[in-house]
Amino acid sequence: MKKYISNFIVCYAVWILLAGVSVPELVLGAVVSAVLAALLWKLLNLELTWKTPFALVLFIAIYLPVFLFELVKANIDVLFRVLNPKLPINPGFVKIKTGLKTDFGKLILANSITLTPGTISVDADDESIYVHWIDVKGKDHDEYAKRISGKFENILGRMSL
Amino acid sequence: MSVLSYILIIAGGIFYATGGLGLLRMPSLYTRAQAGTKATTLGTMLTLAGVIAARPEWTLKILLIMFFIVATNPVGSSTLIRSAYRSGVKPYGQPEVDDLSGFYGKEEEQ
Repeated sequence: MKKYISNFIVCYAVWILLAGVSVPELVLGAVVSAVLAALLWKLLNLELTWKTPFALVLFIAIYLPVFLFELVKANIDVLFRVLNPKLPINPGFVKIKTGLKTDFGKLILANSITLTPGTISVDADDESIYVHWIDVKGKDHDEYAKRISGKFENILGRMSL
Repeated sequence: MSVLSYILIIAGGIFYATGGLGLLRMPSLYTRAQAGTKATTLGTMLTLAGVIAARPEWTLKILLIMFFIVATNPVGSSTLIRSAYRSGVKPYGQPEVDDLSGFYGKEEEQ
């Protein structure tokens, strides 16, 4: 039941964002969301709690600015790498340990790694993420982890994701 | 307002162009995917930001589109690289570190 309601709320929120607020849209949106949630709630492991809105605000306020800054840095990095006539690359596959517990936290971390300078996450197991790195720098795996995921890991760990 | 939107859309176009150039210049599938993913993500976001500057009343919808792009684009490129590695596409040169070698073989034996 909790999952059904969570799915309904998310579907309805997306509907309202896309369709705007007017009486016919709100009624139709409620019907469609109810049907969709009935179809989806067993497939999606989604459960909102009373803490979710706070977590969301915290996420947007703290994580997003850091992430956007890294995203811009990543793009400028790629831009100069591509335009450099020597094409300075030194690719390799690196394993990074992560202390994050939840699947959602790992997903966010892996996605963030993909969108930050020179790295794409390839695969993950219980405690580490495997990353393709376009320009391997550093001596050992601790240093790799610090360079690639240090910032994000810190923030996500504190938000206990 | 419209000047700002032009600047943002042109900046987005520059990132798209370097992404395309990267696809041509990079030596292997993995490095090409790097250029493809990053440049297109920021290119799309800047272009959409330009649309917001031109039509502020669409802000919420466009933010939602940006969210979906940021959430799905990395997953797509990860999946591409993962399947390429699993089917044995060779990386460029001699990789300094390759922690993935043996990872998939181990998985299949189990």
